[in-house]
Amino acid sequence: MDVLNFTYPGETRVSHRAHVGVVGSGDLEILLEPSPDGAAHVRVRTSVDGYAPIWRKVLDRFFSRYKGCVSIEINDFGATPGMVMLRLQQAVEEQGQ
Amino acid sequence: MSVTIDLQRFLARRSFVELSARERAHALLDKGSGKELVGPFDRQHSVWLEMQNIVPQEDDGVVVIHGRMDGKPAVVVAIEGAFQGGSMGEVAGQKIVCALELAKRDHERGIPTRPVLLLETGGVRLQEANLGLAVIAEIHAAIIALRPYVPVVAVIAGLVGCFGGMSLAAALCSHLILTRQARLGMNGPEVIEQEAGIAEMDAGDKRLVWSLIGGEQRAAVGLIDDLVEDDAEAVAHAVRAAFQARRPVQHRSEQVDFFLERLAAIDPEQVKDGAALRALWGKGEVK
Repeated sequence: MDVLNFTYPGETRVSHRAHVGVVGSGDLEILLEPSPDGAAHVRVRTSVDGYAPIWRKVLDRFFSRYKGCVSIEINDFGATPGMVMLRLQQAVEEQGQ
Repeated sequence: MSVTIDLQRFLARRSFVELSARERAHALLDKGSGKELVGPFDRQHSVWLEMQNIVPQEDDGVVVIHGRMDGKPAVVVAIEGAFQGGSMGEVAGQKIVCALELAKRDHERGIPTRPVLLLETGGVRLQEANLGLAVIAEIHAAIIALRPYVPVVAVIAGLVGCFGGMSLAAALCSHLILTRQARLGMNGPEVIEQEAGIAEMDAGDKRLVWSLIGGEQRAAVGLIDDLVEDDAEAVAHAVRAAFQARRPVQHRSEQVDFFLERLAAIDPEQVKDGAALRALWGKGEVK
């Protein structure tokens, strides 16, 4: 299990939180909530070791479009990058509702 | 208790099996009435999994939703089978125990809370060993303490099924509802194959596995109360009906002599498959 931390600049405040996914095979759980500061923070726990550069790329891409000041916790059980991106988008969508 | 398939209804149905634990719990309650207790943001995850390099889930695989059912207070406890096979660890199990104990306290205070368990579990979580076993014993005790007040209704929808110590919890419930996709048994087929050999049990033979421990077989030999279609509406209807029904005079677990006689009537040389057991036990009416 690897634990990875990332920080991105945030612009827009968010007021709600969202929970999506399960820690099941090929899936992941995401907890998204307002950030305590003006930045976006991501903490990843993943069952697959050695993929920090891939996580960096997926999150870079996600935060190139999304500017929310959020704290995101990810519990990953071997999700593919595509799955990770879909779950992140789903979390943002739920948060906005 | 056979299931007839109306094709139009079958196509229009909303699968219950495919729902997550959280969605299942909400599907059983009056629309919009459910409120989650000790949810993921309370972060009551297992501390033991991380020590063993296993990624935890923030609700530890058990979802507790309090809400209303036909306007009456209800608590639905749903196990998420996709997380660690729905296994019972310290936190997961304790959430179930607390939900059952609070339901009992409600009844002592005149609040008629309906308890529903959605079981999807391989049994004890091996990584938590004795803590998991201990909490399963507590779940058993909590079901027995609560069932004099109100029927404790359990649903096993599949696809994980319900095994090990939690199969005993299912058997202790007042009313047990399965789909044909569900399996209920003490040892899972893989365990039997591993321990007794492939001649005893070929776990890859799904037809064989379901003919022995599948929902339809369990209904045919009278070990469960309802066999329902994999349809969220049908499951919700069966659960509600279980609370309307007269409470069983005697729970299965109290009918010791009846089941001892049944077991004594089995000649292992003769009863070698599911069909033979059906012939012997028939639709065993509960006394």
